[in-house]
Amino acid sequence: MEFAELIKTPRADNVVLHRPFHPAVEGTLCLTGHHLIFSSRRRDNAEELWLLHSNIDSIEKRFVGSLGTIVIKCKDLRIIQLDIPGMEECLNIASSIEALSTLDSVTLMYPFFYRPMFEVLEDGWSSFLLEQEFEHLSSVTNEWRLSCVNKDFSVCPSYPPVVIVPKCIDDEALRKVALFRYGGRFPVLSYYHKKNGMAMLRSSQPLTGTNGRRCKEDEKLINATLRSGRRGFVIDTRPLNVAQQARAKGGGFEQEVHYPQWRRIHKYIERFNILQESFIKLVEACNDQSHNMDRWLSKLEASNWLTHIKELLTAACLAAQCIDREGASVLVHGSEGTDSTLQVTSLAQIILDPRCRTIRGFEALVVREWLQAGHPFQQRCAQSAYSNSKQKWEAPVFLLFLECVWQIHRQFPCSFEFNEHFLILLFEHAYASQFGTFLGNNESERAKLKLPQKTMSLWSWVNRPEELSRFENPIYEANSLVIWPSVAPQSLQLWEGIFLRWNRPSRFLEEAEEERINIIKYNKELQAKVNVLRRQLAEMETDGEVQGEE
Amino acid sequence: VENVRLLDRLSSRRAVVGTLYLTATHVIFVENGSETRKETWVLHSQISSIEKQATTATGCPLLIRCKNFQVIHLVIPQERDCHDVYISLIRLARPVKYEELYCFSFNPKLDKEEREQGWKLVDLNEEYNRMGVPNNYWQISDVNRDYGVCDSYPTEVYVPKSATAHIIVGSSKFRSRRRFPALSYYCKGNNASICRSSQPLSGFSARCLEDEQMLQAIRKANPGSDFIYVVDTRPKLNAMANRAAGKGYENEDNYSNIKFQFIGIENIHVMRNSLQKMLEVCELKSPSMSDFLWGLENSGWLKHIKAIMDAGIFIAKAVAEEGVSVLVHCSDGWDRTAQVCSVASLLLDPYYRTMKGFMVLIEKDWVSFGHKFNHRYGNLDGDPKEISPVIDQFIECVWQLMEQFPCAFEFNERFLIHIQHHIYSCQFGNFLCNSQKERRELKIKERTYSLWAHLWKNRADYLNPLYRSDHSQTQGTLHPQIAPCNFLYKFWSGMYNRFEKGLHPRQSVTDYLMAVKEETQQLEEELEVLQERLANLEKSQSGNKVKSKQQDRSKQFGLYTSNNSLANTPQEYSSDLKSFPSRSPSQGDEDSALILTQDNLKSSDPDLSANSDQESGVEDLSCRSPSGGGCLPSEDSGKDSDEAVFLAG
Repeated sequence: MEFAELIKTPRADNVVLHRPFHPAVEGTLCLTGHHLIFSSRRRDNAEELWLLHSNIDSIEKRFVGSLGTIVIKCKDLRIIQLDIPGMEECLNIASSIEALSTLDSVTLMYPFFYRPMFEVLEDGWSSFLLEQEFEHLSSVTNEWRLSCVNKDFSVCPSYPPVVIVPKCIDDEALRKVALFRYGGRFPVLSYYHKKNGMAMLRSSQPLTGTNGRRCKEDEKLINATLRSGRRGFVIDTRPLNVAQQARAKGGGFEQEVHYPQWRRIHKYIERFNILQESFIKLVEACNDQSHNMDRWLSKLEASNWLTHIKELLTAACLAAQCIDREGASVLVHGSEGTDSTLQVTSLAQIILDPRCRTIRGFEALVVREWLQAGHPFQQRCAQSAYSNSKQKWEAPVFLLFLECVWQIHRQFPCSFEFNEHFLILLFEHAYASQFGTFLGNNESERAKLKLPQKTMSLWSWVNRPEELSRFENPIYEANSLVIWPSVAPQSLQLWEGIFLRWNRPSRFLEEAEEERINIIKYNKELQAKVNVLRRQLAEMETDGEVQGEE
Repeated sequence: VENVRLLDRLSSRRAVVGTLYLTATHVIFVENGSETRKETWVLHSQISSIEKQATTATGCPLLIRCKNFQVIHLVIPQERDCHDVYISLIRLARPVKYEELYCFSFNPKLDKEEREQGWKLVDLNEEYNRMGVPNNYWQISDVNRDYGVCDSYPTEVYVPKSATAHIIVGSSKFRSRRRFPALSYYCKGNNASICRSSQPLSGFSARCLEDEQMLQAIRKANPGSDFIYVVDTRPKLNAMANRAAGKGYENEDNYSNIKFQFIGIENIHVMRNSLQKMLEVCELKSPSMSDFLWGLENSGWLKHIKAIMDAGIFIAKAVAEEGVSVLVHCSDGWDRTAQVCSVASLLLDPYYRTMKGFMVLIEKDWVSFGHKFNHRYGNLDGDPKEISPVIDQFIECVWQLMEQFPCAFEFNERFLIHIQHHIYSCQFGNFLCNSQKERRELKIKERTYSLWAHLWKNRADYLNPLYRSDHSQTQGTLHPQIAPCNFLYKFWSGMYNRFEKGLHPRQSVTDYLMAVKEETQQLEEELEVLQERLANLEKSQSGNKVKSKQQDRSKQFGLYTSNNSLANTPQEYSSDLKSFPSRSPSQGDEDSALILTQDNLKSSDPDLSANSDQESGVEDLSCRSPSGGGCLPSEDSGKDSDEAVFLAG
């Protein structure tokens, strides 16, 4: 298909761009296959705005006389308004944008056309292989093995080709367990706590059904992670009644009789449409222009967003507590094991593992616990908070995870190597990107699409030193310990960097950030200077001594 | 009283056993723990309420709520002891004479001269001179020399030059409590000013020629403008109701060239109830997000804060942008008027955003103009209906501004919190009594010490590392966003949950940056020394041995690199777990939720508290403060008491 067919009017002049907290600018609007480009005509201060069509969440048009206005609402929550003279032009542009922003074929997406302007130093597609992770693990324990049972994605379509499982469980047993778990997602290693050798596993729900089916291999598998005489915890992300209801549909939960060494804890982490509605309500409240203080707080409350944050953090802390403080192994699952399960396991690692608080470690975590673990990014991030369509697959699951990380970051501002911008970057790229990293719903789909061959990885770009420096936290000091966040309502705040990003004056906050960076930078410069002088002085002094002796 | 248990509100498992002492000035709780013997000191004057709860199997609970938002939950084994403590505290917390207050016995070991110097640190005469008065338009009036005209005003008051004593006295008779219009802030740049007064006694139709002349004189003192704003900070309905009592507001028809404006800030009773409601929310045991947000909204607190800010913003805009003078009043002109005038001054003049300037501002708009500290903050036993968090609200307004303009203030959050603390502590004489007159009669300056000198001495602890006097945010008027950014007003947990460190960020960016800045300064000094020494060496190549006294810098400076975090242990994340069976049957329902932390932890980690320090990433507690010493500046100089309990927590 030619994009040109979809572009009815490729260019319009005398267009006026309106953005909150910016003066209106007049300029030229151009449409290309993947971008909406606005460039101001002012010679002195030429300004360009490039917007990916895939970033456009919804578009509205209205007319006053022959002046048309298009309001574009983006997946990164920004809202811009374009005044376009000429009714026909405006209609053409609006319908072109609509068509281009809702392409249904993945292979037409920008990542397949994007040609990087930078030199690739390291191919991000192979930066974070599970084999490397396993090597790391093997240096501390030999109780685990890499299994290639899923190498052709036949055992579990949403798992990666290789997974880490207890050494004593062979591939044959894994195949049997896969049949006993929803979607074939048998328990695999998510995290190994070196400090005490405890493990965190994740899976999907067991298919016990109404007649209490059991699977000996499943029991053996998860029991293999226990120390003799010790118990483990199953953290089910559904409340008990939901888990019970799931039995009617063939699902279920681990029953005490068959898993006597495991204690089950039910948490309640909301799913899909509830989260999406909450997201929409919150963004609505943030964009509300009314003046009343009370309405703001009640809308914030009514959105329930922060309640989800609190519940999620609590569940993650609980998992971490079981592992670190109780010295117990943990199995986490919900229904499918692709959403709330991953939120809990990845956040628990942020709390427990200092490596995950570095830039590279966090990237590895996102790759391992989200991309390879089969979180269906394409379904979940197809639309953002402005979408009108009522598709049931969209949900801000990944955004919630990022926000929880931000909440912990806020409480431990010196313990993370990356800054808030890094989290915002991941949010943006999960929803719209020139890179192929977040395309597809799992590794199997990515392999079929040949993403590593045909698209560029986000990591290839972001890990270049010149990009990385933008995401470094100036006040980072490696903290090797477990960090326990507070989950009290007083300790949780709205993530302004995402939700108020486009509708608050940010100048003063940016200045403060700059000031922080400068304080650290100046300190480091002085440190370096002092070191040089000290060395010089020492050299001269020894020289002097030598001369003196001569 | 021995064997008293001090409960941690957030987690019942962290109760500690110790001994409770009552002294003439403090309640002291000393932990039994052999090594640390942590002490919690609470000044009697901080106590806001004491509640004796129903006796339980473990003892008799006593709940002490403090004005600095500390809540102390004690369990005393014997009911009789508890009752005695209760009765004593009730008496001790409500002194009837000023002489009983702590400041008359508090001695920071300063000699007489140092004390006098301390009182001279903030000098209002100097301040008015800094503003640029007296000048062609404004003069000092001695009409209130012996408090003859208005006993709640200071003796030295600035008035327009054209306002004669006759006019002033006449006007004062037409104003509640004779609080006539006087200068609060003068803007050198454009002659616009902020004046303050109480409401006029206008009733439904009364007029007063002198009062009208007084307002005229204020207008004339600003030749650049042909009118003045009269801002009544009350809701219109309240002001109208006052007319029935012979009070009220200015009628635009009677006063020439005024523009009258209501800005509805609620009265002290509404504010007292609002704070009460908000504190109830803060005290909830494990509130859900909805409970908290709903309660916060229902308290109306942030709405009131915004109303005060909006009034201040309106006035600052009138003065700075329109060049129009403003007369502000409410009813008596000592609560809302003080709030609004000081917020406006703070927005207008960068000087008030410095540490010294902020002290001056409080001295000017609050202390000298007769804000009734004694009544509002209940220093002496009095009418509970007079108590209201008026200056607390002002302090919060400053904090809200600091959040929006992180580089604009020389001082940090801790400075505000400590000022709030001492407004209630009665440890220093600054905020005693209801007026300057009463303070002079009590000879406060001879008999007590000044808080400002104390804060100034420890100013290193109160610095905002992001402040630079040459930064653009530091210059000129601040322009906060008004609408539609309601979300800019946030709950201040650093104040209202001040003593629950577990709720706060565990690492302080401010302290970290202060430590870095201090190191930077030392590096600068070292750099200079090294350069000098190098130059000398180069001069004398002959090889004179220069004794190098290399410091072990890595050790010295490595300090700051350790984390600024406070003790950090997991909360009770599983507290809502009803379905989770307890392993020890003896524990009640409530405790079954604590299974994860209760039994297993006790067996595996016998010393949780020692472990918790480890967990937090604090290798050495002493590194947190830039000054290297105790991380929290001493409030009670020497006995930094009420916070000590959290040091090793």
